[in-house]
Amino acid sequence: MRFTKDHEWVELDGDIATVGITAYAADQLGDVVFVETPDLGKSLKSGDAMAVVESVKAASDVYAPLSGEVVEANGALGDAPETVNDQPEGLGWFAKIKIADRAEFDALMDRPAYEAFLGSL
Amino acid sequence: MSEEILKITPLNSAHLAAGARMVPFAGYSMPVQYKDGVLKEHLWTRAHAGLFDVSHMGQARLRGEAPLIAFQQVTPGDFKGLKLGKQRYSVLLNATGGIIDDLMAARPDDDGLFVVVNGACKDNDFKVMGEVLAGQVEIERLENRALLALQGPEACVVLAAHIPEAASMVFMDSAALEGFGTDVLLSRSGYTGEDGYEISIPAHEAERVWNLLLNDERVRPIGLGARDSLRLEAGLPLYGHDVDESVSPIEADLAFAVSPKRRQAADFPGAGRILAELAGDATRRRVGLRVLEGAPAREGAEIADADGRVIGVVTSGGFAPSLSAPIAMGFVPPAFASPGTQLRVIVRGKPQLAEVTAMPFVPHRYVRKL
Repeated sequence: MRFTKDHEWVELDGDIATVGITAYAADQLGDVVFVETPDLGKSLKSGDAMAVVESVKAASDVYAPLSGEVVEANGALGDAPETVNDQPEGLGWFAKIKIADRAEFDALMDRPAYEAFLGSL
Repeated sequence: MSEEILKITPLNSAHLAAGARMVPFAGYSMPVQYKDGVLKEHLWTRAHAGLFDVSHMGQARLRGEAPLIAFQQVTPGDFKGLKLGKQRYSVLLNATGGIIDDLMAARPDDDGLFVVVNGACKDNDFKVMGEVLAGQVEIERLENRALLALQGPEACVVLAAHIPEAASMVFMDSAALEGFGTDVLLSRSGYTGEDGYEISIPAHEAERVWNLLLNDERVRPIGLGARDSLRLEAGLPLYGHDVDESVSPIEADLAFAVSPKRRQAADFPGAGRILAELAGDATRRRVGLRVLEGAPAREGAEIADADGRVIGVVTSGGFAPSLSAPIAMGFVPPAFASPGTQLRVIVRGKPQLAEVTAMPFVPHRYVRKL
């Protein structure tokens, strides 16, 4: 699993990247009450706003950690947005992206690096 | 935002000890939530009793020869008729009938008028009152007092254990009394739609009283996040968001604050505009909206009619924990203000179905009779 400074995580299986927000991000947001996942087929560039996650208080963008095409969105979050809080780095994933450039994945932080980054916040 | 200029309330260290997340609000560092988070804090208040620190709000005494009559020069309320032991909601008006702030004014005792205004507006409010009422009232700002709110269905039984008189008050009663071993200005009112109290105490007693109340297992500390979602469900406007100086009490759906006697006398600031609007001349009105599909519509989202024509804007909105659905408030022309009117809210470019709904969204549970 790799991580961004915007607190997204990525898990890569072949050229398919599963993307979600980290446990730290989910905790900061508080209770998630609504998730807007990206449309299938949407072409994303790394850093694009990809999804929206809403708590009682506010809406926050989720950014694409790498470039590619959306091949699946987690429809289960429509009825159960709280999954993002319960299992942020598992069942609470947002989308699967068919990536264009493996090097973008390699450039992301690994877990020790992300944890060091969290420690610096 | 530079944090060093933020003021703190007398309960700052209590908030930090309770694990609060602090944010800048109205020039103060304030708890937006505690460990439970906004959703649980909201639901706790509706089911039990929530304790809020609202010490950022402006408290003052207005004294003079005839402070009640004087106060009518800046508000549309019948303060001349305000009885001892009673509190009234009102609005501070500018010359064109726009709302400078909304406020509570009470007579807990015979010592003039006790006024509580919004924290973000307080400096300007007291300046305006001082200018308009110069020579008629002396304003003493009570900077050495904290303000707590205890809200929820168990607020009465909790507070009565410390202050028995609290149980014999009804909604909008106000009293000056001894409680918690100190002097208390107490009102049975609040900003959540629930039964509850606002408790003004000396600042140096605040932490002790806060902890005494929290010792009761029915009471939990509640942050500003839940305070906002609670007041939204209760249909209560938030100054600076739903209401500003351009908005009249009629447009804001606060016509009840314009007393019948004062309408007849037409002797309050902006009476021409406000009376014309009461007679049907208003061009916009604050309404409640239930968002029937999609994401919560938040402040700034456009409101469109069924044909997609933009007719208004959302002034506050979010997710209603007690309804498990998004709700909002906004302004639309009167022709679209009737409950049941189907409208659209535009969220991130997408129109979503919404319906004008009578407020409050969640019924008030004020205790009006014992």
